[in-house]
Amino acid sequence: MNDNIIQVKDLKKHYAGGGVKALDGVTVDIKRGEVVVIIGPSGSGKSTLLRSLNLLELPTAGQILFNDVNITDKKVNINIHRQKMGMVFQHFNLFANMNILKNMTIAPTSLLKKSKADAEKRALELLDRVGLKDRAGAYPSQLSGGQKQRVAIVRSLAMNPEVMLFDEPTSALDPEMVGEVLDVMKDLAKQGMTMIVVTHEMGFAKEVADRVIFMDEGIIAEEGTPDEIFNHPNTDRLKTFLSKVLI
Amino acid sequence: MEFLKLWLLDLKDVFVLCFVNDNRWEWLLEGFINSIIITVLAIIIGLFFGIVLATIRSSYDKNEETLKLRGGIGYVLLKFLNGVSKVYITVIRGIPVVVQLMIWYFVILVSQDSDIVVAVVAFGFNSAAYVAEIFRGGIMSIDNGQFEAGRSLGFNYVQTMIHIVIPQTIKATLPTLLNEVIALLKETSVAGYVGIMDLTKAGDLIRGRTFEAFMPLIAVAVIYLITVIVLTKVFSVIERRLRHNER
Ligand SMILES: Nc1ncnc2c1ncn2[C@@H]1O[C@H](COP(=O)(O)OP(=O)(O)OP(=O)(O)O)[C@@H](O)[C@H]1O
Ligand SMILES: [Mg+2]
Repeated sequence: MNDNIIQVKDLKKHYAGGGVKALDGVTVDIKRGEVVVIIGPSGSGKSTLLRSLNLLELPTAGQILFNDVNITDKKVNINIHRQKMGMVFQHFNLFANMNILKNMTIAPTSLLKKSKADAEKRALELLDRVGLKDRAGAYPSQLSGGQKQRVAIVRSLAMNPEVMLFDEPTSALDPEMVGEVLDVMKDLAKQGMTMIVVTHEMGFAKEVADRVIFMDEGIIAEEGTPDEIFNHPNTDRLKTFLSKVLI
Repeated sequence: MEFLKLWLLDLKDVFVLCFVNDNRWEWLLEGFINSIIITVLAIIIGLFFGIVLATIRSSYDKNEETLKLRGGIGYVLLKFLNGVSKVYITVIRGIPVVVQLMIWYFVILVSQDSDIVVAVVAFGFNSAAYVAEIFRGGIMSIDNGQFEAGRSLGFNYVQTMIHIVIPQTIKATLPTLLNEVIALLKETSVAGYVGIMDLTKAGDLIRGRTFEAFMPLIAVAVIYLITVIVLTKVFSVIERRLRHNER
């Protein structure tokens, strides 16, 4: 067994018949237990890369290996692999037709064939961990943004994923709720979860990331430790980007 | 005073003639029951088949690009089913339901003994086309994030539709679906064209026997009206309950 959980090889994603190159040849390995933060300007392909990892976007070319299985192969049943890759979205995407408990148990009971009792027990444990046990019976529309995002995170965790993908998990939140979500993510990182996080929260990147990837125009323009990226940037593109975000 | 008394007595005689003699009220009852049976069974067929058609149509519209990329038999099959669904909806919506009913009765299902079955089939498959369009609009209006969250947890396409998208679509389209049910109930009044004793036909039979038009037709009208009012009430209770759940 390889200690890379994900290997991306020369990944390309083109839109509009090749007119837009959202990804233009990305190669990257993610180690088990690693926390990787992806930064970069708007439109640089961060979301496209992240969403390609669980094939919410189908790549135009290139390969993605997950646990050494080439999931871009058409013969692979992606649904099985997605169970092991949690994803957290900018807009939470809690199921509006289900209460919080049901949001958290529907996948484990239907897909992992867990009993309702087991799934609920685990869901309540997880909700307790993020301080929302007493909201189990509420519907998503009754929660604040920060609460929704915490639920979205533990909903993914209920499937016992091996890796968690985050696409700007705090960008849609009011400023006072950003902290509560980042705290949950920091906890998760401490427990050794493999995480790939697209974010504009540079503080989070500095504090938690093992590695920072800077994307620009569909490629990885620079990567390194937080210290290398934030304190010793090499490329002009990264320097320009940092000068804009770290005012 | 005398005049009013005479008029009331006369009214009573007509009432007795129309509904009491020969137990003619039983015709109305039988007709009413038949109208309800046809409506209920037809709406079940219409809902089921309409949801299937809507799912095919919206799946094609939403995923054409991805499927083309993925290629293979899935794309070809869906393209074919989408084409068939489109033709079906166009044809059904282009032909008056009474003509469809006669075609089913005199051409397609000539060997079918039960007239009610023929009516259920005719009205059901007619309704499906309308439900399909209502539902397709509903599916397209559901935030794609709901769908992506389902897929990212590992649900396959059909599971995501069944657990997440379709329940939300039903809720969103409930008022429009009620309109369809009401329209269907009233459309079944043409069932008499193929010799079925529905509510309208029952009233008409009484008129033919008694040579009284006013009383039986008013009775029929009032029964339809009350049924529609009750249906509206039931739907609004369901709607309120669903809304209460999420607010
Ligand atoms: N469905 C699509 N059709 C056409 N072009 C697209 C589509 N999705 C993304 N793109 C383009 O691909 C490029 C990369 O987009 P992506 O969403 O990955 O950027 P991003 O780095 O996540 O940006 P942001 O910080 O704004 O979220 C952009 O130029 C975008 O316009
Ligand atoms: Mg993005």
